[in-house]
Amino acid sequence: MLSLSVNGESHSVDVPADMPLLWVLRDVIGLMGTKFGCGIAQCGACTVHLNGQPVRSCVLAVGSIGSKAITTIEAIGDTPNGKKIQQAWLEVDVVQCGYCQSGQIMSATALLTRSPNPSDAEIDAAMSGNICRCATYVRIRAAIKQAATGKPEGPQTIVSSPAEVAS
Amino acid sequence: MKQNTDGAGISENVDLGRRRAIQSGGLAIAFLWLGGGGVAQAMINARRQPGDAAAALADGNPPFAPNAFIRVDTDGAVRLVMCSVEMGQAIYTGASMLLAEELGVGLDQITVEHSPASDELYGTPLLGGQITGGSTSTRATWQVLREAGAVARTLLVAAAAAQWHVDPSTCTVDRGVVHHTTSGRSLGFGALASAAGKLPMPGKVQLKDPKEFQLIGKPLRRVDSADKIKGATQFGIDVRVPGMKIATVMACPTLNGKLAAVDDKAARAIPGVVDVIHIDDAVAVVGENFWAAKQGLDALEITWNPGENANLTTEQLRAALVESSLNGKSLVAREVGQRPAGGTTVESQYHSPMLAHATMEPLNTTVFVTSDKCEIWVGSQVPARAVTEAARITGLPVDKVIVHNQYIGGGFGRRLETDSVEQAVAFAKQVSYPLKVIWTREEDIRHDRVRPMYHDRISAVLDANGRPLWYGYRTSGGTVLGRFAPGAMGKDGMDSDAIECAIEPPYEIPNLKVEWIRHDMPPGLVVGWWRGVGSTHNLFVIESFMDELAHHAGKDPLEYRRALLQKNPRTLAVLNLAAEKIGWGGTPLPSRVARGIALGEPFGSRICAIVEVEVTAQGEVRLRRAVVALDCGIGVNPSSIEAQIQGGLLFGLSAALYSEVTIKDGAIEQSNFNDYRVLRINEAPLIEVHRVENAEAPGGLGETGTAIAAPALANAIFAATGVRLYKLPVDRKLLVQDASALKDVISAVSTGDGRNVT
Repeated sequence: MLSLSVNGESHSVDVPADMPLLWVLRDVIGLMGTKFGCGIAQCGACTVHLNGQPVRSCVLAVGSIGSKAITTIEAIGDTPNGKKIQQAWLEVDVVQCGYCQSGQIMSATALLTRSPNPSDAEIDAAMSGNICRCATYVRIRAAIKQAATGKPEGPQTIVSSPAEVAS
Repeated sequence: MKQNTDGAGISENVDLGRRRAIQSGGLAIAFLWLGGGGVAQAMINARRQPGDAAAALADGNPPFAPNAFIRVDTDGAVRLVMCSVEMGQAIYTGASMLLAEELGVGLDQITVEHSPASDELYGTPLLGGQITGGSTSTRATWQVLREAGAVARTLLVAAAAAQWHVDPSTCTVDRGVVHHTTSGRSLGFGALASAAGKLPMPGKVQLKDPKEFQLIGKPLRRVDSADKIKGATQFGIDVRVPGMKIATVMACPTLNGKLAAVDDKAARAIPGVVDVIHIDDAVAVVGENFWAAKQGLDALEITWNPGENANLTTEQLRAALVESSLNGKSLVAREVGQRPAGGTTVESQYHSPMLAHATMEPLNTTVFVTSDKCEIWVGSQVPARAVTEAARITGLPVDKVIVHNQYIGGGFGRRLETDSVEQAVAFAKQVSYPLKVIWTREEDIRHDRVRPMYHDRISAVLDANGRPLWYGYRTSGGTVLGRFAPGAMGKDGMDSDAIECAIEPPYEIPNLKVEWIRHDMPPGLVVGWWRGVGSTHNLFVIESFMDELAHHAGKDPLEYRRALLQKNPRTLAVLNLAAEKIGWGGTPLPSRVARGIALGEPFGSRICAIVEVEVTAQGEVRLRRAVVALDCGIGVNPSSIEAQIQGGLLFGLSAALYSEVTIKDGAIEQSNFNDYRVLRINEAPLIEVHRVENAEAPGGLGETGTAIAAPALANAIFAATGVRLYKLPVDRKLLVQDASALKDVISAVSTGDGRNVT
């Protein structure tokens, strides 16, 4: 029996130590927001935070985690940078199919935490491990900058018309 | 050659029905000739149909359900049922905007629901069934969904007017409330729902004047964004059914091979492994979780019977295709006039590779089969087809098969197929519990239904100024349409998808001949729809060739095209807009930096892309910038339009730069993102999207950007290096500035990391 700290809650799980964290989250604990994309740390869809650092949960043996704090997409909005990133993601409307976006948001939040005002090159370096087949890359860049600066980057979406309920 | 006006003496050898159909674009041609061919009639209708009673009942029998798309509950909640599926293209947002605009609610006031499987209620005439594909969703529903909203609004207003004893024409609707301004009375949709639900269907309804649109044309936020950024959206792979077990599978890696024997002793000994089950060409290991199942699969000792494809290679396939392109039986798709005897002839041959879809969400299906019912949870572009196949496999009647459609983590045409659903049903009927079958990424690529390979011969006869007097196109390849909808093939066996964007090029060319040679792949190498379908492949060839002709004529590629578009103002306008926005011909660019143009009329839209690349001395291609000009007619949501064009273009550039499926020993060699490379953010350029706005009917968008990507890239590479690429993906070895110098550099710095650089 292993004890895991996930999104501030302690979970006891009866799983083999070599089981990747991804499948413990999804199939044992039931947090389905973290996604399976490749299984070999190539696509980043499974990205979660371990003590605030982005890691690929599809290749992270659960037995190696110990007491480190695991944060997933379900709770990243409770952190200041996670909230800023999610809000910018909405305003720019980054998502298309959305399947990779949990991982994108986890990587982007970690970037913003270590570099509050990242350059294009920093964004490209930090985000190049996250594949998006819908290729939302142009808006991912814009949204990260918007989250960093608070200033609109490119066209913004509105929630509805007429304007009184717009964001 | 949009229209031949001088008539006399020019033969127009073409099936008019085919031409009309092709004008609607892409997959949209699939079902138009089926007639009584056995597929259910598409009945999508703004007014209540007989089948609506069951659909509404399944939806909790709301008091007001005037058609298959709108449900209003007593508490005023408005639920919209989506006839297409959402796979990223923002159709749930676009469809909601069409319905909500006429109904009189804001997008913040509605929720959306996946539709149940029903060709009758949710099939569109453009595709003849409940199919999301061919960039048809907006084109097919633009009219009917607005009318559906207007029918609902008319009934709600009538109910209010009756209660107030006033003329309905004196009432207004705003954000879910009916108002009678002169008397100061108002009633919400919820309060009116029961009364409105008892009224007879209205006849003709009044649609808004576009000038009064409150939603259509505005950059509204997607209705699915809020959940998707929180990881709260349920995709097919996220479905959890009580008692469910999870399986992962391996089918015979050799295409069309069969299972000979399995030793599963070691697998069954692994904790968490529940079962090992077989079908004739695949094995599934069932576990308490995916990891246990995967460990079990890896522990199997499987003997395959590879069958007739055991020695098959890409090279054999390519050689046979080239042979067919020379000597195969060709069908003439369109012929206008005669090939002139004189003039200069230019000829080229182009190769296009097989491609995988590699959707981010690997294929998966959850199935629960009992003695009298089969329930399926899957993200499918063809839910009604999934029902038919599951009924066939289980032996249950179709009304005992229920498909719960899900959000789709990338379609690109892969989920127009039902192979993974069929496989999951065949496994699930062997067990007593609900079974979720998840393909590994490796299985997903090795058993993709690939975009076919093509071999094309294209030629032109030019006058003294280099203008084409005649153009000839002879395309050879497998037929997706012939397998997917054989009844939709022409009477002569023609595949209208194969010649999409080729038979009516946008340019003024007086004579032409377009032929198709059907070259089937071996059994087991199943070809499928891939984003942009026939248009993506044909535009690569035709627009690369147009650049060749410009070069041959010694003309600027922009000026050469302009001269041939003088009678096609809509397409000329996108060319001019793109050229203006990128500053074509302005400031000189650095060495080995250049721009390429491509334009086309795919899916009922007009599009021009100009891509700017840098090709390094080592032959690496860097995308610096792209500008796209688009005329898609009336735009429902400008934010979604921009997103589709940006993403679609990058999807096409990704494939053109990196992607190819190859076969060795009868098996697909690629298996994951390490050997099936796709574009990443550090390789993605800035992309500007500009629109020519007008009131023309909506054009398709989902595949339009993809279709124009490869030729713009190839033309830019030619302009940067002088190397014409006749084969995709881009072969960087051809682009090395000084091959021998590079070899010296490589040998000098060789680190012995095992990579073979030649």
